[in-house]
Amino acid sequence: MPHRIPALAITAFTATSALGRGCAAQLDGLRQRRSGLRHNDFTAVPLECAIGRVAGLEEAPLPAPWRPFDCRNNRLAWLGLGGDGFLDAAHAAIARYGAERVALIVATSTASIGATEEAYRCLEDGRFPAHLAHPHLHTLHSAGLFLQAVLGTRGPCLTVSTACSSSAKIFAQAERLIRLGVVDAAILAGVDSLCGSVLFGFNALELVAPRPCQPFDAARCGISIGEAAGFALLERDGEDLDAPRLLGYGETSDAWHMSTPHPQGAGARLALDEALARSGLAPSQVDYINLHGTATLKNDAVEAAVVGDLFPATTRVSSTKGWTGHTLGAAGILEAVLTVLALQAGLVPGTLNTSTLDPACGPQFALDNEDRALRIALSHSFGFGGNNCILAFAHGARP
Amino acid sequence: MATLLAQVAGIGWWAPGVPNWPSAAHLLSADLPWPTDGAPTPAARRLAPNERRRAPLAVRIACEVAGQACSMAGQDPAALPCVYASMHGDLDITDDLCTTLADHPLELSPTRFHNSVLNAAVGYWTIATGCQAASTALSAWHGSLASGLLEAASECLAEQRPVLMVACDIDGGGALARVLPTSMAHGLALVLVPPGAAATGVTLRVRHASGAALPAPAEPIALPRQLLAALACGVTREIALPAGAAARLDVTVSP
Repeated sequence: MPHRIPALAITAFTATSALGRGCAAQLDGLRQRRSGLRHNDFTAVPLECAIGRVAGLEEAPLPAPWRPFDCRNNRLAWLGLGGDGFLDAAHAAIARYGAERVALIVATSTASIGATEEAYRCLEDGRFPAHLAHPHLHTLHSAGLFLQAVLGTRGPCLTVSTACSSSAKIFAQAERLIRLGVVDAAILAGVDSLCGSVLFGFNALELVAPRPCQPFDAARCGISIGEAAGFALLERDGEDLDAPRLLGYGETSDAWHMSTPHPQGAGARLALDEALARSGLAPSQVDYINLHGTATLKNDAVEAAVVGDLFPATTRVSSTKGWTGHTLGAAGILEAVLTVLALQAGLVPGTLNTSTLDPACGPQFALDNEDRALRIALSHSFGFGGNNCILAFAHGARP
Repeated sequence: MATLLAQVAGIGWWAPGVPNWPSAAHLLSADLPWPTDGAPTPAARRLAPNERRRAPLAVRIACEVAGQACSMAGQDPAALPCVYASMHGDLDITDDLCTTLADHPLELSPTRFHNSVLNAAVGYWTIATGCQAASTALSAWHGSLASGLLEAASECLAEQRPVLMVACDIDGGGALARVLPTSMAHGLALVLVPPGAAATGVTLRVRHASGAALPAPAEPIALPRQLLAALACGVTREIALPAGAAARLDVTVSP
């Protein structure tokens, strides 16, 4: 098992999802139990499902200097970056440490493939039309190139793309770079936007629910896909005692199947063990877990069994996907932000849309919102390829 | 900026006509011309026969070079965290997905879809080898190789354990490949171990540095070949790999 690591301070963070722009909109949606999901009005070919769509992206092109990057995914990144004063906090960190001492680590599953799909719909003699032919639009690192141009960082800049665990893993990668002294701070960004690939791809796998997703419900029948942008600024543990902390993480592989979880959740259990070891925590100290909880039959069954085996009833658990949909490569950081907001607000978000809990779920599950003091929380992210990442957070500095 | 120091315990390489590290080392140290044709797909013996038949080229290349590097290092792949870096991922699959989506979105293949994720190759590798350690997949335009080296070295040192790094790209035939910089299919793998952990093997020092941006390579394969040449030359050599806007990764290879 890994050793305990020093905590890092999360000195700024923000998220934009179907619930709206910024942390206040996320928290208000959770408190009011107002889902951001709506009937699919995104695909030209009809697909019966609910989606978590961010409003207004169609009318918000990127400002002129960055027009070559203009596409839905980078618009979402731009909209999200401006939330909660994050852009100012990022600039202040760059000024404080120096541009080469700040890493920019981006996460996405499908990047700006929506622009690539559009180019394939209007090929001219087998070639992309001129307005969609810019190579920076069609690389997985598109948002990384765009955000580095906006922010002016000179530290390591890369994109992590491990499907639905992508933007959880960037917390781990940043921690290593800071611990080894490669950088002093890291700007983390997770961005994934609606596109045909994921809607029709998950549909082909028969994993898309025809109605809004119902995580852990006995009658659950699949996911609702959403889009989101989340940002976090990580620095060494400092004097700001109130800043939430990243305590640790666990990253593992299932070594089982490309698109279904290990039946006993072997990789998830190992990731939990590693996250708790790096954080110096026992399961009984965990107050809340934001579960992966996609509302697929298999994910939720496996995850419920893992939680039931390892945690006491005092550990409250829920899935917030009924509010936002499954935001894929952005889910890790969106749910990290929701987890930190839950810690700060003393709010256990329930599990929206779920009325009849699967009997396999234990007493840890919260369906309704609960008000209680929370100090330590985990967030689960699992992806295709059997890629698992679990993050551990604290409300503030440890006493 | 901190310098990260690790030992290279294993090396793997595949490209058409240059199917392994010894053949690449021979070409590079003797300054012989690089072949441009040869077997179009690698053997990828670590994959089970069924998987090997179905696996896309990008997955086969990754598993081939990873297998070579682990064998040379004498490391059990099941115990190694894996870092996979690629500039474009599987261009053939992205081309196929986008073509199908444009015409018949409801006919998308579920297997093609889950093979389209950047971590498909590392996913197949962990399944084939029973590896439950951490695995990741990175992309950073011309900085993709640098990002893989930096992450592998930092994971190796932060966790004090051997790490497998694989950097692969394939050529593509579709419309997407026409707007992106591509070169012939190729894969490089290194097993990095903490200093002193291997009795033999070259030492690798990596250091991220800001400064003038490096020019884009003539073709993407030039970058891994530059690193291979440094590994093959038998004396200390410094190279610089592109690592984003106004930054580079300085890499020093010492025998």
